[in-house]
Amino acid sequence: MISFDNVSKRYPNRREALSNVSFSIGAGEMVFLTGRSGAGKSTVLKLIALLERPTRGTVMVNGTNTGTLPSRKIPAFRRQIGVVFQDHKLLMDRPVYDNVALPLIVADTPLREIDKRVRASLDQVGLRDKERALPSELSVGEQQRVGIARAVITKPRILIADEPTGNLDPELAMEIMRVFKRFQEVGVAVLVASHDTHLIDQFGQREIVLDDGTLLSAGIAVSGEPFRISATAPPMPELPNIEARR
Amino acid sequence: MSTWIARHVQALLGALGRLARMPLATVLTVVVIGVALAIPVALALVVQNARVATGDFRNAIDFTVHFKLGTPLARAEQLARKLRQRPGIDTVIVTPAAQALQEFRRNSGFGEALAALQDNPLPHHLLVRPLPEHSTPTEVESLRRYLTAWPEVDIVQLDSDWVRRFNAILDVLRRGLWGGMVVLGLGVLAVVGNTIRLEIQNRRAEIEVTKLVGGSNAFVRRPFLYTGVLYGLGGAGLAALLIWGGVEYLGQSVAALATQYGSKFSLAGLTWRDTGTLVAIGAILGWFGALISTGRHLRRIEPRA
Ligand SMILES: Nc1ncnc2c1ncn2[C@@H]1O[C@H](COP(=O)(O)OP(=O)(O)OP(=O)(O)O)[C@@H](O)[C@H]1O
Ligand SMILES: [Mg+2]
Repeated sequence: MISFDNVSKRYPNRREALSNVSFSIGAGEMVFLTGRSGAGKSTVLKLIALLERPTRGTVMVNGTNTGTLPSRKIPAFRRQIGVVFQDHKLLMDRPVYDNVALPLIVADTPLREIDKRVRASLDQVGLRDKERALPSELSVGEQQRVGIARAVITKPRILIADEPTGNLDPELAMEIMRVFKRFQEVGVAVLVASHDTHLIDQFGQREIVLDDGTLLSAGIAVSGEPFRISATAPPMPELPNIEARR
Repeated sequence: MSTWIARHVQALLGALGRLARMPLATVLTVVVIGVALAIPVALALVVQNARVATGDFRNAIDFTVHFKLGTPLARAEQLARKLRQRPGIDTVIVTPAAQALQEFRRNSGFGEALAALQDNPLPHHLLVRPLPEHSTPTEVESLRRYLTAWPEVDIVQLDSDWVRRFNAILDVLRRGLWGGMVVLGLGVLAVVGNTIRLEIQNRRAEIEVTKLVGGSNAFVRRPFLYTGVLYGLGGAGLAALLIWGGVEYLGQSVAALATQYGSKFSLAGLTWRDTGTLVAIGAILGWFGALISTGRHLRRIEPRA
């Protein structure tokens, strides 16, 4: 579903945020993207969502080469991917319903279909009773779940999330991760950027580790059984350990 | 198709709702656009009405032919008969010097002073009026030359000179009007464009999120185009109201004035057709202003994660 082939990314007037990174993620895989702050996690996600284009190398997403896709096709491309942001990027002056419906509205989906899908999507994250509420009236965890409902409403085959549990307490973080897990179980490729090693360890999924823009480990796919520690990515309780292994 | 219509209705309602939520700013913008549209339209109406008002005597071109002092009345009457034979002449009236003096005494109020005069200082004169269909500038000019050529004639006076000058002024105004319309039309574009630019800035976060979830430029632009059209429609509607009110207000006094001068002239306002054109122009200007503004400013807003 996603493959990076020798990808480098240089932001304008900056040194490389990513250097020769290669990995691939298949359908129905759940992968964690880890690394210290500034390692390039968000950059990887931005390349997948086509918020940025690679400077060198090839990024293939769902059969599309993001480096050569014409600009006018970007909106349609983005509609195939569900993206969850750390700051959830909700419209604070619109009810939950409108926020979740937005990806379908921009795709000119019939109103009746939107209604059905919004309800189903809110059901999946357990917020069916909050559809009339404004995001500001929700807790942080609920807001994050609204963000997830919006990301999955188009039934994307790829779901990416940038620090989705960044400022949640461990219990809420766990709950959010379980929501992602459920999408993985129905065949969605899920990529979650996080530096919450504790949480990642509990899930024991494949882990891609970045350090200072280079790939430290691409991990190994963990098939079927959840909650098992990945072979090549040993538990890393503290972030400094990454540094130590260099 | 019905989804497409529903989307447009939604964009329209959304635009209306946003305008209604900031009534003061909306009203101010509409007033500026309305005034900018009303000015050239009002000028056009003034020119049009002036042309109609002067139309009555536009073709009524009169010559007054003053004979040299000492020309016998019989000679003047002979020339008048000769003139009546000429094609294209409507009427020729002979006014003998004695009669002219009497009229002048009566009308001028200098009766006493004039009575003291030994000789009549006034000559005999003719009033010559060509047929309206023979009053083209070339025909008038050739008639003038014909009259001047008579040795008995002192002065040939063309009484319609002021009408000509007035019409010339109207022509200049009419031409200036086009320039004014273009300038004020550009003004409307600028006002709408700038208002839309501010709204784009205010809704930057929303635009970013919309693009983030796959909203195309066309989708993001749609409500702004409706906003522009609504501004244009509102401004044109206000301009039509202003003009209508002005015509109502001035109409009575103008009609009264015209009656004093024995004219049936009454002030003409906008026809329904004119009003429709005005509203259409307003809508198009609003749409175009929004199109330019969104084209310049929306593209720059790219989502960042
Ligand atoms: N838009 C940008 N312009 C310039 N430099 C950028 C931009 N975005 C990121 N960078 C730089 O690229 C590098 C990688 O940033 P990135 O956001 O991918 O890190 P990250 O792993 O997501 O960090 P964090 O855990 O703090 O979110 C950093 O050095 C950062 O300063
Ligand atoms: Mg980041």
